[in-house]
Amino acid sequence: MKKNISKKVQSIQPSGIRAFFDLVLGMKDVISLGVGEPDFVTPWVVREAGIFSLEQGFTSYTSNKGLYKLRLGLHRYLKSRYGLDYSPDDEILITVGVSEGLDLVLRTLINPGDKIIIPQPSYVSYGPVTELAGGLPIYVDTTRDGFKLTPEKLEKAIDKKTKGIILNYPVNPTGESYRRKELEELKRIILRHNLICISDEVYGDLTYDFEHTPFPGLPGAKKNTVYLNGFSKSFAMTGWRVGFACGPQEIIAGMTKIHQYTIMCVPITSQMAAAEALVSGKRSTEEMKREYCRRREFVTEELNRMGLCCSKPQGAFYAFPSIKKSGLSSLEFSQKLLKEEKVAVVPGTAFGACGEGFIRISYASSMESLKEALLRIRKFLGDR
Amino acid sequence: MEEILEILEKDGRVAPEEIAKMLRKKPQEVKSAIRKYEKEGVILKYKAVINKDLVRSEDSSVRALIEVSIVPQKDAGFDRIAERIYSFPEVSSCYLISGTYDLLVIVEGRNIHTVSSFVAEKLSCLENVRGTTTHFLLKKYKEDGVILKHREENKRIAISY
Repeated sequence: MKKNISKKVQSIQPSGIRAFFDLVLGMKDVISLGVGEPDFVTPWVVREAGIFSLEQGFTSYTSNKGLYKLRLGLHRYLKSRYGLDYSPDDEILITVGVSEGLDLVLRTLINPGDKIIIPQPSYVSYGPVTELAGGLPIYVDTTRDGFKLTPEKLEKAIDKKTKGIILNYPVNPTGESYRRKELEELKRIILRHNLICISDEVYGDLTYDFEHTPFPGLPGAKKNTVYLNGFSKSFAMTGWRVGFACGPQEIIAGMTKIHQYTIMCVPITSQMAAAEALVSGKRSTEEMKREYCRRREFVTEELNRMGLCCSKPQGAFYAFPSIKKSGLSSLEFSQKLLKEEKVAVVPGTAFGACGEGFIRISYASSMESLKEALLRIRKFLGDR
Repeated sequence: MEEILEILEKDGRVAPEEIAKMLRKKPQEVKSAIRKYEKEGVILKYKAVINKDLVRSEDSSVRALIEVSIVPQKDAGFDRIAERIYSFPEVSSCYLISGTYDLLVIVEGRNIHTVSSFVAEKLSCLENVRGTTTHFLLKKYKEDGVILKHREENKRIAISY
């Protein structure tokens, strides 16, 4: 049967830790710090808007680009929040989460053999989706540079076949983020080589120590940037699957072409709810952010105290401590911790080979769960 | 609102040491801030929120909202008569409000009879009380921001990226 499967799909490596995940899902009474989504449910005003739209009979297709109301809402939101100016007519596309946006932009840009630079550890899909689009991912190891891409390493990774870079900040899985000055330096190189920056900023609203700077907001960067964002993290709407892509008109037009043939449009209920989130969800976002920030302080303090070295993440809801002193590999550490103490974390290797020696801990869990889980990790470390 | 208060308002049992970790402060700082709040009466007391529907005992209580119209007193306005009302231990809350009546008084009693006799024998006969309307509570859904329902299990899948 294997001969029926395309060579390209066969060449994609399934995630090496699938077996570990199945183990977690099969176990009971586990405290999971392995979850990549908020523990809050979508704010009630937003859920209510979705229900109301169903009652009103909004059950049809929408325009391929997405409801105009939502695109206009995004235009205003991006303008007032970040000073970004994207036209709701032809520079914004509503996508099925950032995941679809990423797939669309890669398929729109890549000719066979084009190279895409991906700083690692990174979100799991960047590499495989690049390959599926016919591109060649060029991974840059950032573990020695505080999990951030340095201008030197970027410069070194670029050659004639380089088409663009996938930048993600705050970073899943490390929680690191870039300050404006650091972004400026990266931008200069990206513009000099005329690359496209695919900027995944889905955690942007969850930045704690400084103001988040969107990449297209840097002077001169907009024409070389495709800005990807979504409602999942800012408004706790993961299951609604609403994201958006903003960029130069011709790139968005290309993306819309693929989107119209493969997806048609994002479900209307989700779009209606998202439009409401832009209007009345701000307060909930601020509350969630304050709560995450407290948990972040608590978790990083505790991890460092028990010797799991961890820099303070500046955004998202992840900590990425080193577990090297345990003498175990990331996968062994995670498996043993699960079996012995029933705490689930994600091995760093899920996010690239250079994630070896680290684990990802998500603090999108209640304070009670976090306290208990950290107690168990302490016990686990003490037992060996 | 001060963040310490925001944390304690959600969970009064969080230890000062933990609050210190969450806010990157010294435990001593948090302790003295809390002591100051207590002294100034910003923090009045700490208590458990109990879902009384689940407590099956002799002491189960009924609650009534009573609209009270009063004649304000010279010099003291509503305050003096309010004080006479809220001093009764049966009164759990008392508010002066705008609208068609003056005081909203919440009364708790063991059963309908105790509440009725409180209204008939204590409240209505007070000088300056012009009239009362009593509403008995049938079911509580949400109180002080807490939904009175057992928390459901987390619906998220255990591992995701």
